[in-house]
Amino acid sequence: MKLLRTVPADTNIQFINKRYVAMALSLALVLSSVMLYSFKGLNLGIDFLGGVMLEVKTKGPADIANLRSRVSNLGLGDVSLQRFGQPDVVLIRLQRQPGGDSAQEASVAKLKKSLDGVVAEYRRTDVVGPTVGTELQEAAFLAVVAAIAAILVYIWFRFEWQFGVGAIVALAHDVVSTVGLFSLFSLEFNLSTVAALLTIAGYSINDTVVVFDRVRENMRKYKKMPLPELFNRSINETLSRTVNTSLTTMLALFALVTFGGEVIRGFTVAMMWGIFVGTYSSIALAVPLLLYLNVMRGGEEEPAQQPQQKEAAS
Amino acid sequence: MLDFPTWKRALVIGVCLFGIIYAIPNFLPVQWLQALPSWVPVKRMNLGLDLRGGAHLLLQVDTKGYLKELMENTYVASIRAAVNAEKTHASVDVVGNTLVIQVRDPAKLDAVRSRIRQENPELTVETTGNNKLRATLSETGMRNRISTLVQQSISVIRRRVDEMGTTEPLIQRQGSDRILVQVPGLQDTERLKRIIGKTAKMTFHMVDMDCNPAGQIPVTDMVVQSDPGTRGGKPYPYCIEKRIRLTGQNLVDAQPTFQDGQPVVSFRFDSRGARMFGEITRTNVGRLFAIVLDNKVITAPRIEEPILGGSGIIRGSFTAESAKDLAILLRAGALPASMIYLEERSVGPGLGQDSIDAGKLASLIGMVLVVVFMFLAYGLFGLMADIALIFNVALILALLSVLQATLTLPGIAGIALTIGMAVDANVLIFERMREEVRNGRSPMNATDAGYSRALTTIIDSNLTTLIAGALLFVFGSGPIKGFGVTLTIGIVSSMFTAIMVTRFMIVLWLRRKRPQALPI
Repeated sequence: MKLLRTVPADTNIQFINKRYVAMALSLALVLSSVMLYSFKGLNLGIDFLGGVMLEVKTKGPADIANLRSRVSNLGLGDVSLQRFGQPDVVLIRLQRQPGGDSAQEASVAKLKKSLDGVVAEYRRTDVVGPTVGTELQEAAFLAVVAAIAAILVYIWFRFEWQFGVGAIVALAHDVVSTVGLFSLFSLEFNLSTVAALLTIAGYSINDTVVVFDRVRENMRKYKKMPLPELFNRSINETLSRTVNTSLTTMLALFALVTFGGEVIRGFTVAMMWGIFVGTYSSIALAVPLLLYLNVMRGGEEEPAQQPQQKEAAS
Repeated sequence: MLDFPTWKRALVIGVCLFGIIYAIPNFLPVQWLQALPSWVPVKRMNLGLDLRGGAHLLLQVDTKGYLKELMENTYVASIRAAVNAEKTHASVDVVGNTLVIQVRDPAKLDAVRSRIRQENPELTVETTGNNKLRATLSETGMRNRISTLVQQSISVIRRRVDEMGTTEPLIQRQGSDRILVQVPGLQDTERLKRIIGKTAKMTFHMVDMDCNPAGQIPVTDMVVQSDPGTRGGKPYPYCIEKRIRLTGQNLVDAQPTFQDGQPVVSFRFDSRGARMFGEITRTNVGRLFAIVLDNKVITAPRIEEPILGGSGIIRGSFTAESAKDLAILLRAGALPASMIYLEERSVGPGLGQDSIDAGKLASLIGMVLVVVFMFLAYGLFGLMADIALIFNVALILALLSVLQATLTLPGIAGIALTIGMAVDANVLIFERMREEVRNGRSPMNATDAGYSRALTTIIDSNLTTLIAGALLFVFGSGPIKGFGVTLTIGIVSSMFTAIMVTRFMIVLWLRRKRPQALPI
């Protein structure tokens, strides 16, 4: 049987020579993401801001105009209505109501009353008061910081610091550009997005570590090879793995985006972008960065690694 | 490479069997499981509220209001009594959780102080001037009070939710003053909120029939609005005596019923309540008697004749449902403090089932795509990786069932994502084997080198994702926590299946075939 080769066996793509293009691209990506974040901001969901979100199934196809007229003069501020997946499912969003935690609950009761008769089923009711919103914001921030710190510690423990810097720059690049993507398309930024960001951080490092492992191995193997050539060789050697793993992950995500339903679509779309940019950054950013970080080469074998390999070989 | 020690074989076979046996109950109809003998594992995955539908409410006990009331009612009264007992006069002011006491006669200061202390051990009493005392409720005293308060609130809420006829509600304390209520499968969350949120403090007063609610109100009276009820109408002011004749605490039963075609609530007093009720009705025939619930008059009937049996009927403006709800509230008793809703997340049964279906379909299709890809890319070895992948999924389901971890929709996404990422270890190993074959190694050697050299990379790369997964579990809430759970379990089990299970299969195959070249 002829096996499918996504990448030919002996590629020799000169990634390192094109590093300026990649760096310019990445710089532009990160800068525009930061600009978008600072000037356009994020479309924060009710998880973080507080507020009300209802997913309702209407009797028959939803008449958005009728629904809007019912909810618009309740004095609840800006009410947003949006078809959600099916023709008879509508997402109704209410901004945080002034008046603290109890005001949110009161507004839901009002909202539901105004929809009497047209709604067949309340599929989802999310009400978040300002207290919980603030707490969720803090927890999300803490989770992201703790994840990056934990990954940093791990990398620092397993590799020389130069590699750690390269990996973290690539990770920051992936996370920041994902945030930029959310800002650009005004996608709702909620708790699931934070989960996606953390998973992207994990995947980004995962991908970078595989290439770095090969760089380290080759640095011991080819003591005299110029670094750019050695880096190219390492990337090319691991290229088919990089591509195949990204592909299988993308296949799983593709199934989730297509068949997984509306509720997790934002999450899966973010993940797809993250896998894409994570693959790109470990090849085009993390490894070329090592050139500027003065990596030490020479015969420093890692004594800890030898016995582990022997055991694995038994 | 070829020797795969017996204990490793036993481990691989044992773990795979475990996975299959404990995953199977999730695919069998519940009726079958109930018919099985008790030693057969029948635990299924615990579905989160976003999948089975239901309500999730986070409530905060209004401790501030409670403490204020505690200070104003309990302690002020006790201090007044102490001051009277020492035969002097004093002013008592409440400032937050402190009481400022100004005693008229400075000579009695010490005596008043020690008496207050003696009677209220949880108060710290200090002298702050020659006739001034400051009494503060100590941290521990406050904590104890609040702890009891939350405990009492939980039991009242539990009684109310149970009375609604729900199944498996979870009512749990969170932090110091919060209560989490989760009711699976509930349709009408607005009703749940109405029932939980009502303080349901019921008192019985006499109506002052000589007093005009719009005019001068005697100090012994107060004006309370009527409850327009669920049938609409305008509130109407009543002038009632401040004196509480009876409270809801004396009730032993309340039931919704009908009288003249109208929904009403019948109630029954305990023996003490019945005696007092009999006395009141006997001495006040012809007067109006107000039943007040949460500072609203729900009804004020005229006492036609003495009621000595200790039971009666509340005839408000009820609907069948609101009569039923009031009966539930009266049976469960009053909440000792009011509740503030912090968060609500409810999912209707329709969306829950849709999510399960969508999650199953997406996982299945994702799996088929990955399985096909692996076979196309790595042939026979890819097929072995696919078999390992199936064991991996079984193992994830088995672990979720055994640990009774909660499976949420993001959790299903985590499983689907793990399916895509789990084969990474095999991709790493097989790619390495290809390289080693290209470098001219024999099949045995190449296989051996492939596994051993890829191993450190596999561990390095998986551990980073594991860190992210574990943090999601720690910091995440609700559904997101579910994602952290499946991601973490998935990574751990995939490391086992992708390394050990495929290796076991490849060793068996190499031994039988002794191939000249690897099919990779």
